[in-house]
Amino acid sequence: MPLVYAGVCSHAPGITGRAHLAQRSQRDGVHTAFEQMRLDIEATKPDAIMMIAAEHFANFFMNNMPSFAVGMADFYDGPIEDPEWLKIDRFRAPGNRDLSLRLITEMMNSVDVAYAEEWLFDHGIAVPLSFLTPKWDLPVIPVNINCQGPPLTPLHRAWAFGDAIRRAADSVPERLALVGTGGISHWPATPDSGKINEDWDRDFLDRWCRNDKDALLDYDDLTVYADAGQGGFEIRTFVAVSAAALGATGRVRFYEPVPIFAVGCTVADYQLAEVPS
Amino acid sequence: MSLYYVQKFLFEINRDPAVQERYRADRHAAIASFELTDEEAAALTKPDIGKLFHLGVNGQILMHFAAFHQIEWADYLQQMRDGIDAYGPVREGVYAITGYEGTEAHTERLMQEGSD
Ligand SMILES: [Fe+2]
Repeated sequence: MPLVYAGVCSHAPGITGRAHLAQRSQRDGVHTAFEQMRLDIEATKPDAIMMIAAEHFANFFMNNMPSFAVGMADFYDGPIEDPEWLKIDRFRAPGNRDLSLRLITEMMNSVDVAYAEEWLFDHGIAVPLSFLTPKWDLPVIPVNINCQGPPLTPLHRAWAFGDAIRRAADSVPERLALVGTGGISHWPATPDSGKINEDWDRDFLDRWCRNDKDALLDYDDLTVYADAGQGGFEIRTFVAVSAAALGATGRVRFYEPVPIFAVGCTVADYQLAEVPS
Repeated sequence: MSLYYVQKFLFEINRDPAVQERYRADRHAAIASFELTDEEAAALTKPDIGKLFHLGVNGQILMHFAAFHQIEWADYLQQMRDGIDAYGPVREGVYAITGYEGTEAHTERLMQEGSD
């Protein structure tokens, strides 16, 4: 069945972990935006939510780094970080091994993906899900693109991967919601934490909303690093969602730079053709 | 230099409570099986967060090691800055690709290069 939802959001650990240090109005604004995203996703009655994240050396390391990985388990535990630090209690999120297996099998026809029958969620997935499925009651299909350990997954391969996700979703009867997380410009966990390039973010979101493939792939890593920090490498997850949404037009539902969260907090989605329930 | 093994140890201690226990009991024994220089071993056991950042450890790995040592967020950021001041630009790894010499100097240089 065609994707029932395709959107993107931030995943910075500060959004939950340093919420108490933020101005109340800023924190409430971000949390309300996630709440709206939850309602939008729930309205599409998904059977599962596929989370494309750029994980941060929680499961995948430079001893064996896949360009793409997809989870294939009936449950996933998290957070891998100290729950006190992330301010997210330990959880077990449901998966759907059988659905994962069918999706991965279809994806492998066009993209070489690694699969993982174990996966500990880090903030890349846990922060957004703590808002989007706060009861941990919707099966999750975790997905990773290597945005951390160079050589990174090329952007045009992230696009091809998004194409593969769309074809895989089309091939199964389940209703699948797709969420890409990360970015946009930021310098996470470095002395520059809190620096945000709002102009760069807005220009990127404009390309994303137009679903302009050429413009979205017209970045090179050195320039991204200079303009948007190493956190900017995570645009790969957004690019994959663009490809998966196949030409749909997007809209920015929320954008606000919040230095204590270390990102311009973002929620955006594509306007997909209605899928009958 | 063996940045890979420095980060490998940190990757393991970040995700494995058993490694955390070993490190608490005997820091030097916990890192003994990793191929490290004396400088790297000293930075991991002290710990010297600023030195580890200078050596090129990714912040996504380093911030959890700092939290494990009960270092508050603002102090963690400051210790990295102090490390750059004391030891010089980041030597290796993802931050070194454009040469990382500290927040202000780095931004200034990149902006100058951009306007050239
Ligand atoms: Fe991230």
